[in-house]
Amino acid sequence: MNKAIRRLWIASACVFVLLLGALTYIQFFESKTLMANQWNSRTLYDSYGSQRGSIVVGGTEIASSVPSNDGYDYQRVYSQPELYAGLTGYFSSIYGSSGLESAMNDELSGNGDEQFYDRIAQMFSGGKTTGATVELTIDPAIQQTAAELLDGHKGSIVAMNPKTGEILAMASSPSYDPNELSSHDNGAVIDAYSRLNSDPDNPLYNRAIAGNTYSPGSTFKIIDAVAALESGKYNADSVIDNPQELQLPNTTTKLPNYVNGQCSTRTQATIEWALAQSCNTPFAQIAMDLGQDKIAQTAKNFGYGEDLSIPLSVSPSVFPADMSQDQLALASIGQYDVKTTPLQVAMMSSAIANDGKQMKPNLVKSVKSRSLSSLYEFSPSELRTSTSADIASQVKDWMVNDVDNGIASGAAVNGVKVAGKTGTAEIGSTGSNNAWFTGFAPADDPQVAVAVVYEDVDAVTGASLTSPAGKALFEAVLNK
Amino acid sequence: MALSLRQKNDAPRSRYIVGFILSAVAVALCPISMWLIDSEVIAGGDTRWLTATLTLGIGALVLYLVIQFKARFADPLILPLVLALNSIGLAMIYRIDLTTSAQAGASQVMWTGVAMAAAAIVLLFLKDHRALRRVTYISLAVSLFLLLLPLIPGLGLEINGARIWISIAGRTFQPGEIAKITLAIFFAGYLSTHRDLILLAGKRVGPFRLPRFKDLAPMFIAWLLSIGVLVFQRDLGSAILFFGLFMAMIFLATGQVTWLVLGFLFVAAGGFLAYNFISHVYYRISSWVHAFDPDVYNQVVGGSGQIVQGVFGLASGGLFGRGWGNGRPDLVSYSNSDMIIASLGEELGLIGLGALLMMYMLLVSRGFRASLGVRDAFGKLLAAGLSAVMVVQLFVVIGGVTRLIPLTGLTTPFMSAGGSSLLANWVIVALLIAISHSARAPQLVDTFEPEESSDTIDLDSYENDGATSVISRITDHNNADHQGGAVRE
Repeated sequence: MNKAIRRLWIASACVFVLLLGALTYIQFFESKTLMANQWNSRTLYDSYGSQRGSIVVGGTEIASSVPSNDGYDYQRVYSQPELYAGLTGYFSSIYGSSGLESAMNDELSGNGDEQFYDRIAQMFSGGKTTGATVELTIDPAIQQTAAELLDGHKGSIVAMNPKTGEILAMASSPSYDPNELSSHDNGAVIDAYSRLNSDPDNPLYNRAIAGNTYSPGSTFKIIDAVAALESGKYNADSVIDNPQELQLPNTTTKLPNYVNGQCSTRTQATIEWALAQSCNTPFAQIAMDLGQDKIAQTAKNFGYGEDLSIPLSVSPSVFPADMSQDQLALASIGQYDVKTTPLQVAMMSSAIANDGKQMKPNLVKSVKSRSLSSLYEFSPSELRTSTSADIASQVKDWMVNDVDNGIASGAAVNGVKVAGKTGTAEIGSTGSNNAWFTGFAPADDPQVAVAVVYEDVDAVTGASLTSPAGKALFEAVLNK
Repeated sequence: MALSLRQKNDAPRSRYIVGFILSAVAVALCPISMWLIDSEVIAGGDTRWLTATLTLGIGALVLYLVIQFKARFADPLILPLVLALNSIGLAMIYRIDLTTSAQAGASQVMWTGVAMAAAAIVLLFLKDHRALRRVTYISLAVSLFLLLLPLIPGLGLEINGARIWISIAGRTFQPGEIAKITLAIFFAGYLSTHRDLILLAGKRVGPFRLPRFKDLAPMFIAWLLSIGVLVFQRDLGSAILFFGLFMAMIFLATGQVTWLVLGFLFVAAGGFLAYNFISHVYYRISSWVHAFDPDVYNQVVGGSGQIVQGVFGLASGGLFGRGWGNGRPDLVSYSNSDMIIASLGEELGLIGLGALLMMYMLLVSRGFRASLGVRDAFGKLLAAGLSAVMVVQLFVVIGGVTRLIPLTGLTTPFMSAGGSSLLANWVIVALLIAISHSARAPQLVDTFEPEESSDTIDLDSYENDGATSVISRITDHNNADHQGGAVRE
């Protein structure tokens, strides 16, 4: 009988070998394929299995993960969805994530390098990983003001602290409800996404940093003014011809002056007066005199053409190269192929406000782990020196004059010295414009720099919206 | 003889210390695993880990002492191996309790205690495993009674289409698990007595001898039992198990592969009929073959969702596993019972599951080893049969989870949630320990009952070889194995 017992034992050993083989096949060789199977919800659940950190503004959670009973452990919830959609982005099981949900994913999911030791601790304690809380520099009151100003319009507003780079408000209109895209109801998410994605007004864009970039229009004249002073060829007393139309070299094109101000009243102008009335021809002449390399260099000094992460990725603004003189003339007044983001415009004003030093704009104030240990604290850092303190001071005075005596007077705030510059960028030849305002206040101790753009408005409507929006923002910051 | 007796008394002492240490480590696996699963729960004052550890620890200590007292020559590896498997099973059930609505932990701990107590009682009162031979036919009657219990109206309970449970005072019990043991006792008893008749009586037809019908009767009883269980209780797993047990036993008794071939023909015929006429079986097979077919996967009744999700669980574990508490066993139905292998595979990985399989392999090997060593045919058949039934059970469970064979509802011994399974398997372990004690204990010639002598001659060898070579071969084995059996042969 022992022979049979031994045979049976060998058969048993074969069974174990067979079972190990089957397990090896599934767990080792086929593991990746099986994990990728459409019915395998594990990969998807993985991203929902840990409690994602919150995004906090002014002590209030604007994005948080709450326990869920629908098979996922957590549901991402946005408490003020439309107000902050451009910042938070969405966290979708189908379309991935956008905005800070994507840019800060490592921290929010708890997988950041800084959380390495937390993860080790969690591994030994067997707990699930929990993400860090990301607190933003946004001031909820200013954000609210910005959103109300844009309500019903297409456009964007950025407000930042010029001394630190902290972004106080960043609004984009129209907005959307990220809750719709972060739902666990796949059908509803697909419907919502296709509706938003095919909307001609592009609600999914954060226009402040990554929409289709805008022509900066006359706000670009600030860079012309800086370039003029830096060249040494011009100063506050320089007088420049101010023809009502400028025949551009080697073309039949005539560049007209801005029609709504007082440009037509003088045939010669100082830079101060030309800036205040936003006359085109003096700046076109200055630019053609200095040459495109000088203007391009100054634009670069203010951040054109530079990559930036705040930590949302910012589309680089563009000042074109290899232009003919007539193209340069148009570029100098922020037309032609000059493209910018509202954030870039706010950064330009910030640099002027902050004695020529451009601070790195930032949205994230702090990152705190679940154990409340701080993983990151914001500290201001200088991005670059855009121009000298003297030149910044001179341009600042000119911008104050824009508000006090010029066409940016709508931005004036009682008892406060406000610096500003408007812009009206034509969209093709339709008579429709993108209307701009940028500026900062108070001029002698700047607390806030703003950029406001309204898309697709006629010049009069634009003028009635932009400077008053600046005023409302300054009041929101200064009177609170 | 006196000399060899002394040596055998002294030699194992250090091994039992090792056995004690290994048992302690095995028990410690339980709280360590539970702590790894979620230390916060434990830090928060949850005492489930303590209850589980104490139950296991006290049970282990009692069993260890009982073994020292009643079966001190027993194989020292068996107890720690089983303790380790039970520990890990408790930890996984506790872990699944934490994240799903299943609450099997407390009951499983209680049953662990009951099962270990039962094992201790078996060891205490079973002076000699050969005593069981006297209850051969009573065992058959008990088996039939146990198997029929769930069919009694009011007592039986049907869960998910299978009527294999009985419900007493709110607790459910699966009598079929105990029937596994009583059937093994019956087969061992019957075959140890009748194997000569089966082999030698009857007409010779062609190359092999056709047994007489009356000698074949148990085979038909077994076949009818398994088909009966399948038809009336719709429990494919138990049917396969009983049949596997019988096939192993008859092979052990006769040593003829012909029986296995014949047996598999029966299975094939039975399976074919069942596939065509029993929807339960049809679903099992179609969800095995076409598991990844969307129609089969999404089928509400008898679909392959459970199998596929189990396979995903294993795949998710990969080589190293996701670690205790980090998998998603909640995505797999029956994750703490029939599919506990998938849960373990997900969290412990191929390496962890491989280690568990090695432990099973080692446990089964110790069973076969006891079977080889013990001197009486009944003991040999019982030990090898019980070991084989464990292998069959593991093959049915793990083979089912890994899609080697169709998935059938069976528990993984010592690990799956289920009191009856735990009780039955601990009793099996007690029997294996008792038999291993007999196998390893030094014995003098006159302690043997003369009636047993005919059973201990290896019939295969007897037929094929000369008597001298048989004796010398057995002697060689026995010397190598430190057995006393050679003395009397």
